[in-house]
Amino acid sequence: MSDGIHAIVMPKWGLAMTEGMVAEWTIEPGAAFSRGDEIADIETAKITNALEASTSGIMRRLVVEPDEMVPVGTLLAVAADETVSDDAIDAFVSDFQANFVVEETEEDSGPAFEHVTLSDGRNIRFLRQGAGGGPTLVMVHGFGGDLNSWMFNQPVLSEQFEVIALDLPGHGGSSKDVGGGDVAAMSQAVLDFLDAADIASAHIVGHSLGGACALHLALTKPERVASATLICPAGLAPEINMTFINGFIEARRPRQLRAALELLFHEPGLVSREMIDDVLKFKRIDGVPEALKAIAEAAFAGGRQSHVMVEKLSELEVPIQIILGASDQIVPVLEALETRAGVTVHRLEGSGHTAHMEAPGKVNALIADFVVAASG
Amino acid sequence: MAKKSVRQAINEALASEMRRDPRVVIMGEDIAGGMGAPGEDDAWGGPLGVTKGLLGEFGRDRVLDTPITESAFIGAAAGAAATGLRPVAELMFVDFMGVCFDQIYNQAAKFRYMFGGKAVTPLVVRTMYGAGLRAASQHSQCLYPMFTHIPGLKVVIPSSAYEAKGLLIQAIRDDDPVVFFEHKAMYDEEEEVPDEAYTIPFGEANITREGDDVTVVAFGRMVQFANQAADKLAKEGITCTVIDPRTTSPLDEDTILEEVAATGRLVVVDEASPRCNMATDISALVAQRAFSALKAPVRMVTPPHTPVPFAADLEDLYIPGPAQIEQAIREVAA
Amino acid sequence: MQLSREDLLKAYRQMKTIRVFEERLHDEFATGDIPGFVHLYAGEEASGVGVCLNLNDNDYIASTHRGHGHCIAKGCDVSGMMHEIFGRADGLCGGKGGSMHIADLERGMMGANGIVGGGPPLICGAALTAKTLGTGGVAVAFVGDGGSNQGTTMESLNLAKVWNLPVIFVVEDNGYAEATSSSWAVAGDAVRRAAGYDIPAQQVDGHDFFAVNEVAREAVERARAGDGPSLLHVKLSRYYGHFEGDAMTYRDPDEVSKLRQDKDCLDLFQKRVNEAGLLEPAQFEEIDRDVATLIDDAVASARAAPVPSAQDLLTDVYVSY
Repeated sequence: MSDGIHAIVMPKWGLAMTEGMVAEWTIEPGAAFSRGDEIADIETAKITNALEASTSGIMRRLVVEPDEMVPVGTLLAVAADETVSDDAIDAFVSDFQANFVVEETEEDSGPAFEHVTLSDGRNIRFLRQGAGGGPTLVMVHGFGGDLNSWMFNQPVLSEQFEVIALDLPGHGGSSKDVGGGDVAAMSQAVLDFLDAADIASAHIVGHSLGGACALHLALTKPERVASATLICPAGLAPEINMTFINGFIEARRPRQLRAALELLFHEPGLVSREMIDDVLKFKRIDGVPEALKAIAEAAFAGGRQSHVMVEKLSELEVPIQIILGASDQIVPVLEALETRAGVTVHRLEGSGHTAHMEAPGKVNALIADFVVAASG
Repeated sequence: MAKKSVRQAINEALASEMRRDPRVVIMGEDIAGGMGAPGEDDAWGGPLGVTKGLLGEFGRDRVLDTPITESAFIGAAAGAAATGLRPVAELMFVDFMGVCFDQIYNQAAKFRYMFGGKAVTPLVVRTMYGAGLRAASQHSQCLYPMFTHIPGLKVVIPSSAYEAKGLLIQAIRDDDPVVFFEHKAMYDEEEEVPDEAYTIPFGEANITREGDDVTVVAFGRMVQFANQAADKLAKEGITCTVIDPRTTSPLDEDTILEEVAATGRLVVVDEASPRCNMATDISALVAQRAFSALKAPVRMVTPPHTPVPFAADLEDLYIPGPAQIEQAIREVAA
Repeated sequence: MQLSREDLLKAYRQMKTIRVFEERLHDEFATGDIPGFVHLYAGEEASGVGVCLNLNDNDYIASTHRGHGHCIAKGCDVSGMMHEIFGRADGLCGGKGGSMHIADLERGMMGANGIVGGGPPLICGAALTAKTLGTGGVAVAFVGDGGSNQGTTMESLNLAKVWNLPVIFVVEDNGYAEATSSSWAVAGDAVRRAAGYDIPAQQVDGHDFFAVNEVAREAVERARAGDGPSLLHVKLSRYYGHFEGDAMTYRDPDEVSKLRQDKDCLDLFQKRVNEAGLLEPAQFEEIDRDVATLIDDAVASARAAPVPSAQDLLTDVYVSY
C-alpha cells in the first residue's frame, strides 16, 4: 500500500506454486469491491480458485491479461480510491514492475518446512510463516489433509500474524504412527507439538478433524488455547459421512477418489486432476493406509463420531468461533449453536466442507478479526 | 519432497528397501566397481551411476559386484530368491538377455508353477532399455515384449522419476519375479519425488491426460511423447486420454477397454519392434473386446522393423516421437 | 571319519529305495501310464546318497533331468514323488512339474531341471543366501558330463570362486550325454578344469559309496568352514538309456550287464559292510522288504490318486497377479 494505492499480486497458494494465470477477471475496472469479494479466477498447475480481495477498494487498473502465465508476486491489478489520479496509478505500476524480482524457487533455497520431534519420538512437520512477536496461530488440518490445506489462508494470515501449519501424525510429512488415532490422541499430538515447538499458547484454527482437536484442547487445556476457530468441525454431532471416509481410504484409482473428494466441496469442479493425484500419492506412502484406517476406526467407529463435545460448548473458558459451510456433506450443519454462551457461529453459503478453500477471503477475514479481538 | 531425477529415484528406492529389509541385496556388473583394482572403491556406482553410494552404506556383503557373467549371476539371483534373499540384480542392458535368458524364463519364472505353488521367487532384474544414446543395435533394444510373453514374470516400465521409485519399491516387496525396465535416455529427467517410501501397485494403469476424442496407450519413455502430442492437440480442440499401463504384465486391460469404449478411437505407442509387441497385443485386446466401440481403425506408432541404427540421423528417424504420435491421433480423429 | 551304524543303514535304505523306485518306473513306464520324459538314475545311487549323507535340511541341492535319486537322497517324500511322476493332483508338485521338475524347498531340494546346466547358477544363489544370512548351510550342484560342458557350469565355477561361496559341484560322469560319449564330448577333464579356477577337485569312483562319501565330506567341510567351492568328478554308470524308450544302440550290447555284474554300487556296499562285519544280513533283508512295500504302496496309491482339476491349470503361476 502506498498513498492509498493497493497492489493485487499473483498469490502463492502452497509452496510448490511458482506461477499462475488469471483465467478470468470477475470485476470490471472502476467497480468497487469489499474485502472477501471474488475479483478473479486464478489457475495454477494444481488448482483453479477464486482470488478474493483482501481489502476493500475500487478496481482502478487490470494490469495482466487473462491466460497469461506469470510468476508468483507479479502485479495483477491496482486498487485505489477515486481520489488517486491515473498518473499516480501509472507511476505505481511502472515503479512496481521496475522493482519486481521473481522469488527464488524453493528448490534452490531448500524447503521451508521444519520438523520437531515429540516427546514420544514421533516427528511432526510444520510450516511457519509470518513474523513472531504478535499472536501465534496454529492451523490443524482435517482427516486425509495436510498443511497444504491452508494454502489459501496461511500466506494471507501470515501478513498479520505468525502462522504455523502442522501435519497431524499419519499425514503429510509427519510420522505415520497415529497412536490411538482418536480425537484425544490427535489432540495430544497437537499439544505435544506446542510443547516441542515451545509455544505457550496459540490461537488454534482447526478444520474438520482438526476442528475437533481444537475444541478438545480448548476444553481440556484452556491455558494453552488463546482462541479456537473451528471450520466445518468434527466433534459436534455423531453423524459423519462414511461414504467420504471409506471412499477416501479405499479409492485406488482417480475416478473413485474423485467421487469421494467431490463430497468435500460445494462446487465439485474444484476437484482438480492434480488434487486427486496428490491425494493418491499421499495414500501410497508407507504407513499411510494403516494410519487412515486407524483414525477412521478410532474416531468414526461404527460409522459414528466417537467424540461428541457439543454439550460441553457452554463450559468453554476460551473464545470460540465456528465457521460452517452451508452445503457441508461430511458433517451436519448444526442449527442453534448460537444459543450457547460465548460461541460465535458463521454459516457460509456456497461452501461445502472446505469453507477455508471455497471462501478463503471470508474465512481469512473472520479468523483475523476473531484473533485480533481475542488478543485484545 | 523435492525434484529428483529418475536415477536418484531408483537409488532412493534401493536404499530404502535395503534399510528396511536385510534380505535385500543388489548385484551386477560394476554396480559399485573397483573390485580388486588399485583405485577408488565404488568407482562407477553402476554403469550410469544409478547405484552410486549404496556401497558406502551397505558394504560389500549386500552390494555385490559380479564378474561379467550374466548367466551365473542372474541365475544366482534366481536361486538366492528361491532360498530366502530378495535380490535385485542389474542386467546392465536388456540386450544381454541373450546370455542369461534361461535363468529368467526357464528357471525363475517357472519355479512356482513347476513346484506346485511351493516356491516364492522375490527376484527383481533391473535392466536398461531403449534407443536414443547412439548405442547401436546391441545396446538399444526394447525387449519387454519378450519378457511379457513369459507367464510367471511381471514386467514393469516406469515412465518418470515418481513412477520409478514407487514401482521399484513395489517390485522389491513383490513375491514374484519382476523385470524392471529403465530407459537409459530418462535417467536425468526430474520431477517431484517424495522422500518417503511409497508403492505403486502393479496392474493399475495411470491416466496421464483425460480427454474425449482419442485414447492413446503408451509405454515407458513414449508416455511423455504421447503427453506432448496430447497437450498440443488439446489447444486445437482434439482431446486425448493418455494411458500409461505402468506394467505390461499384469496389464490393466479394464482401464484400456473402458477408455477406448469412451472415446472409440485408439492409438498405441510402443518403442519396441513392431511384430508381436505391446502395440499389437493391445490392438488385439481391443479388437476382441471393444470392437463395437471403435469408430476408426486402431493406429500403432512403432519404430520400423529394423535393428536400432547407430548414426544419429538414422536413430532419430527410428525412434517414435511426438510428431508421429500427433499424426496418428489426427488420422484416427479425422 | 567312521560312519555310524545309523548312517550305514540310512545310506543303504536310500540307495535301495532309489534302485527299486527306478526299476519300478522302468516297468511302469512301459505300461504307457506315465506321461512325458523319464530319465532314470539306476546305477548311480552311490553318488547322490554318498554326497547327500553329508547334508542336512539347511543345505540345498540343485539336480538335473536325472533327478529322482537326488530327490530321494535329499529326503523328498517317495510317495509324493511317485504321485508327481504319474501326474497326480497330490504329487509333490501338484502334478505341474513331473519327473523333470520335482522339487521340495523345505527339504533343500531346489528341483530337478529340464535344462542341462540349469542348476549350477541357481546353487550359487542358494550358497549366497547361506553366506549372506549366515545360516551355515552349503549348496551342491549336481551336473552330468553333458552339463559340465555348458557355459553356465563354467561361469558358476568362476563366480563361486570369485565370491568364495560354500558350493560343491558334483559332476556325475556316466559316460554318455544322451547318445554321445563323454570321451568324445568333454575336452580335458573336470578336475583339470576346476584346477584352472583354483578350485580344489578330485576324481572319485562313483560306484563306491564310501569313496564318494569321503571326498564329499571333505568338500562340505571346506564349504562350511568358509573356504569356498570344491568340485567332485564322479565316474559312474547308468543302467538305462538317456530316457525311457532309448534303445541304447550307441552302447556295447553287454556293457550294462557287465556293469551290473562287476560294478553295482549296492553290491559293492553290501560286500564292504559284510566284510567289515558292520551290519547283519538280516538288516539288509529288512530294509529290502520295507523298500519293496514302500514302492508297491507308492505305485498303487499313485495310480488311485486323483488327477489335477481344470482350475489347477490356472493357479500357482504368481503369488499375486
